Amino acid sequence: MLKIADIETFYGPSQALFGVNLEVNAGEMVALMGRNGMGKTTTIRSIFGLTPASRGTIEFESQNLRRLPAYRIAKAGLGLVPEGRRCFPNLSVRENLLVTARPGEWTLEKVETLFPRLEERRAQMAKTLSGGEQQMLAIGRALMTNPRLLVLDEATEGLAPVIRQEIWRAIRLFKEQGQSTLLVDKSLSEILPIADRCTILEKGSTVWVGEPAALDSSVRDRYLGV
Amino acid sequence: MTNNTSLTNGASQAATADTALVPKTGSHFDRKGLVQMALLGLLLLVPVAAYFLGHIYYVNLASRITIIAMAAVGLNLAIGYGGMVSFGHAAYFGLGGYVAGISAYHAFDLTPFMTWPFSLPGSDSLLVVWLVAALLCALLALAIGAISLRTTGVYFIMITLAFAQMIYYFANSWPTYGGEDGLPIYIRNTLPLVDSSNALTYFLICFVGLVLAMAITSRLMKSRFGAALTMARLNDVRLATAGISPYPIRLVAFVISAAITGLAGALYADLNGFVSPNMLSWHFSGELMVIVILGGVGRLYGPLAGAVLFVMMETFLGGVTQYWQLFLGLVLLGVVLFAKHGVMGWLAGRERNE
Repeated sequence: MLKIADIETFYGPSQALFGVNLEVNAGEMVALMGRNGMGKTTTIRSIFGLTPASRGTIEFESQNLRRLPAYRIAKAGLGLVPEGRRCFPNLSVRENLLVTARPGEWTLEKVETLFPRLEERRAQMAKTLSGGEQQMLAIGRALMTNPRLLVLDEATEGLAPVIRQEIWRAIRLFKEQGQSTLLVDKSLSEILPIADRCTILEKGSTVWVGEPAALDSSVRDRYLGV
Repeated sequence: MTNNTSLTNGASQAATADTALVPKTGSHFDRKGLVQMALLGLLLLVPVAAYFLGHIYYVNLASRITIIAMAAVGLNLAIGYGGMVSFGHAAYFGLGGYVAGISAYHAFDLTPFMTWPFSLPGSDSLLVVWLVAALLCALLALAIGAISLRTTGVYFIMITLAFAQMIYYFANSWPTYGGEDGLPIYIRNTLPLVDSSNALTYFLICFVGLVLAMAITSRLMKSRFGAALTMARLNDVRLATAGISPYPIRLVAFVISAAITGLAGALYADLNGFVSPNMLSWHFSGELMVIVILGGVGRLYGPLAGAVLFVMMETFLGGVTQYWQLFLGLVLLGVVLFAKHGVMGWLAGRERNE
C-alpha cells in the first residue's frame, strides 16, 4: 500500500534522513520506532510533502507521492494525526470534524461513539478542551477524512494514563477493523501486542524491520533503550 | 446521541449540517448584540432625523460613512477572516467608481463605450452599473488574486499594492476619462421607481448595501466554506494535510471581498458625482486598512465602527486643524496598544475567533 524506499531529506543544509525504508501493506498496523531525534517525525513529514524528500521514492497504491502538494497526498487517501494534539483551536468541535470530512466508513456518529466526549463537547471551541480531548479531536478529524492509511504521530505522548488507555482502545479498534495504520510511538507494551511489523530508525536510517516477536532485548537495548 | 439523530451520516451531512457547525453565541440582547444594534440604529436614525430637520449635509455624511464602511466590510473579509493583508483594495473601489463614472459619461453624451467588436452603449441605470462594477471587480480580483495568492506575508502586501498602483497610473494617464482631473457624473445614475437623487433615498440605498454586505459576510463565515477559510488562516498546512487545498478557498474569498469593495466604490462615485484616480490611490488602501484595524479585525461590525470613527475624525477634527491625522495616529496607537480587538472588541467584548 505505502512503499518508501531510500528517502533522504534535508532541513536546509543539514541532512535528517539518510535512507529510510518503510512499507505498510493493506490492513496492516505498522509501528515506526526509534529514540528521539532519529527521524520518525521527519519521515512522516516527508510522506506528506511537508518537508519534501530530495531522493528516494514514496509510493502509495502505486501512485508516486513525491513532489505532490500536501493536499493531493491527503486526497490520495492518507490521513495524518500530527504530533502534539493539533486541531483548529478557534473553531468548534463540530467544525473541526465536519469541515474537512470526506464520505466513507467513518461518520460523525461513529466518531462520536468512539469518543463520546467529543459528542458532549460538540459546540465548544477546540481550545477549551483538555489536552486528551484535543488529541481525540485530532484523531476524529483524521478519521472523518476516511483515509485508507491512517498515520498517527505520537498520539499518546504526554497524556494522562486514563486518556492514553482510551486512545489505545481506539487504536486496537482500528486494528480489529482492518484499518491500515502507521503508528509512531514509544510505548512498547502497547505496540508489541497489536503491531504486525515494526520498523526502527536510527540516525535517519532504517536499521531494523521485523515482527514484534523478533524484537528481543538485544534489539531493544541497542535501538530503543535510553 | 440525544437531539441530533439526523446527523447519522457525517460526511454526506457535512454540507447540510451548517447550522450545527457554530456554537450558539448568546442572544441578540447580550452586550455585543446591544452594541451592534445601537451602532446600526444610530447610523439609520441620525440621517433620517437630520433629513427632516433639513440638514442635508449630515445625510450625505452618513452616506459617506456607510459606503466607506461597506468598502471596509469587503476588505475585512480578506484581512480579518481570510488573513490576506491586501494593500490594494483601492483598485476595486476605484474600478467600481470608474464603472459608474464612465457609464454615466457615455449615457450623458449618447456615445457608445465601444463600437468594436460590438456596440456597447453607456447606461445611467444604477442596477446596470452595480452589476457591471461587481462583475469587473470580481474578474480583476480573480486575476490579481490568482497571482498574488502564490505569495504570502510581506510579499503578498507588496504585490497587491503593485497591481493597484498599475491601475492607478493607468487611470491617471488616460485622457478620455479625465486623467488625473477625474471624471464628473453630472446627473446621478437612476433606479426604477425611486428617486436616487434624493439625499435620504440615496442614503437608504447605501444602508441596504452595507447591511447586505454584512449579511453576506456573516452567512459566509457560518458556512462550511467560512470554517475552511478560518482553517486556512489559522494553519494552512494542517488544512492541506486533511486533503483541502487552501488556495482556491482563499481566492474565492478574495474575489467576493473585492466585489463588495467595488460595489461600494460605485456607490461612492454616484454620491460625490465625481470619480478621480484618488479613489485608486494607495492612500485609500491604507485608509481602509486603518478603518478595519480601528474597528476590529475579523469582527462583523468592526468596519462599521471603524468607518464611523474615521470619517467623524476626518470631518470634525479636519475642520478644526489640517493636522487631524496626528490625532488619528494617536487613536490608532491607542487601539493597537490597549484595545487589540479594535473599537468593537473594546465595546462589545471578545469574540470566539480571538
